[in-house]
Amino acid sequence: MQVVFEQVINGLTIGSFYALIALGYSMVYGVLKLINFAHGDFFTLGSYVGYTILVWVSGLTVVHFGLWGLIVIAMFVAALAVALTGLAVERVAYRPIYPTGRLPAVVSALGASIFIQNAIMVVWGPRFQAYPSKLIPNIKFVLGGVNITLLQILILLMSFILMAVLYVVIQKTTFGAAVRASALDRETASLMGINFKKVIFFIFFLGPALGAMAGVMVGMYYRQISFTMGWNYGLKAFTATILGGIGNLPGAMFGGLILGVLEMLGAAYISAAWKDVFVFLILILVLIFRPNGLFGERVAEKV
Amino acid sequence: MTKEALLAVDDLHIFYGSIDALKGVSLFLNRGEIITVLGANGAGKTTLLNAISGIVPSAKGSIRFNGNLLNGMPAHEIVNMGISQAPEGRKVFSTLTVEENLNLGAFTRRHRKGDVLEAKERAHALFPILKKRYRQLAGTLSGGEQQMLAIGRALMSAPKILLLDEPSLGLAPILVNQIFDIIGEINRQGTSILLVEQNANKALGIAARAYVLENGQVSVSGPSEELRSDEKIREAYLGGRALKKK
Repeated sequence: MQVVFEQVINGLTIGSFYALIALGYSMVYGVLKLINFAHGDFFTLGSYVGYTILVWVSGLTVVHFGLWGLIVIAMFVAALAVALTGLAVERVAYRPIYPTGRLPAVVSALGASIFIQNAIMVVWGPRFQAYPSKLIPNIKFVLGGVNITLLQILILLMSFILMAVLYVVIQKTTFGAAVRASALDRETASLMGINFKKVIFFIFFLGPALGAMAGVMVGMYYRQISFTMGWNYGLKAFTATILGGIGNLPGAMFGGLILGVLEMLGAAYISAAWKDVFVFLILILVLIFRPNGLFGERVAEKV
Repeated sequence: MTKEALLAVDDLHIFYGSIDALKGVSLFLNRGEIITVLGANGAGKTTLLNAISGIVPSAKGSIRFNGNLLNGMPAHEIVNMGISQAPEGRKVFSTLTVEENLNLGAFTRRHRKGDVLEAKERAHALFPILKKRYRQLAGTLSGGEQQMLAIGRALMSAPKILLLDEPSLGLAPILVNQIFDIIGEINRQGTSILLVEQNANKALGIAARAYVLENGQVSVSGPSEELRSDEKIREAYLGGRALKKK
């Protein structure tokens, strides 16, 4: 039984990475109906920017801000740098292409993905990079026989706070309602006085920022990062988005967490090598019975 | 006339690709007035409203509001200036609640909480059902309720001009009467209204003046009373029968 709980905690940890990345996919898809294939690479870029702060300029920062300050700064700088990259990519690779339709934009997104990946390779080199090993004290807590590390607690805490904040902004504020309205019907939203460009700014700032923070957390958790890892995480996060119901933010969050837990349980009880097969099998089953995803809603519209 | 008009459209041309949807439409709306634009499907009525709202770009001609040129202004700024629209087919945000729909109507002044509250009270007074359905998703409302929400939402920005695109569409006669009574009430409270309708009978009953659009051009215009007695109009839009005076 303890193994189950431990695997659930491991699963929630990697699930929260998926969830944070999935939110970016889901927001962009919801508003623009665009699958932003570059999003996984925003995540990688965040991981590398965080790495740079933690390794290259850590000495100075630790002296002034302490270890926790350093981590906060690494997260913040990564989020900001990647958010700005996200806005630039939207401006350069997507905005000129919207009028030509959805498919060309998807191709452009693939191009942006390849571009960012190679840019990372050029700047940081093709080899794996390693996050500092003793960043967070390796403290283990035992709760009812279940092991959980300090790092895991921190990751879960940070992810849940970020998700809760985003949830409140999107679901409880008028600006959040404007984002959802723009996703439903852009033209009518503009009749409300909603500036669509501001909505795009919002999603292309926040989505990449959340992905970047997930990137820093992944670096701290696995310690090893590579310039191609965005593809794998992006694919999983995209799967989580579909699982939860694309365009639905709570769906993306729960989709990510569920996916992470399933993956870890599959790895423990079926086979570590076959864990992805297990995950996608579940995805297929969900889509057969709930084509709009677990949380995808369809309100019957009366005309 | 156009100098004093609140809204003046002059020689407006609109193209969709190579199709000319409007071919030189001119009309005006005076302060405090209700005017109606009649016409068959495809005559260009919705295009006209969308051009005023800034959703559709105009190729030629001018749209002036209070003397200011609206051409080329983005839709969200036009709302802010004081023109709002309840679009054809209601277009309520179906997965948002009634409350959220109303809040979005006041989006441009969302930081002025007092104004939003006041506008909401006004909408509730006009459409008490919206208060009852406040927490419900808009998509679960009946057609009539959705129409009321669409109009209530458009009023949330406290517009000087309200553009209404076929508010009677698909509604039962009793609801149509109710909606038209409320349109009259909104006007008495000081909002000028441009009403696009297929229900010519009801529209001529409420509007002071009317324009008939045919193939993107104004074919007839004048006081509603005159149009009511016009033989051709009667035949084309009023079912041909002699109408009783209201």
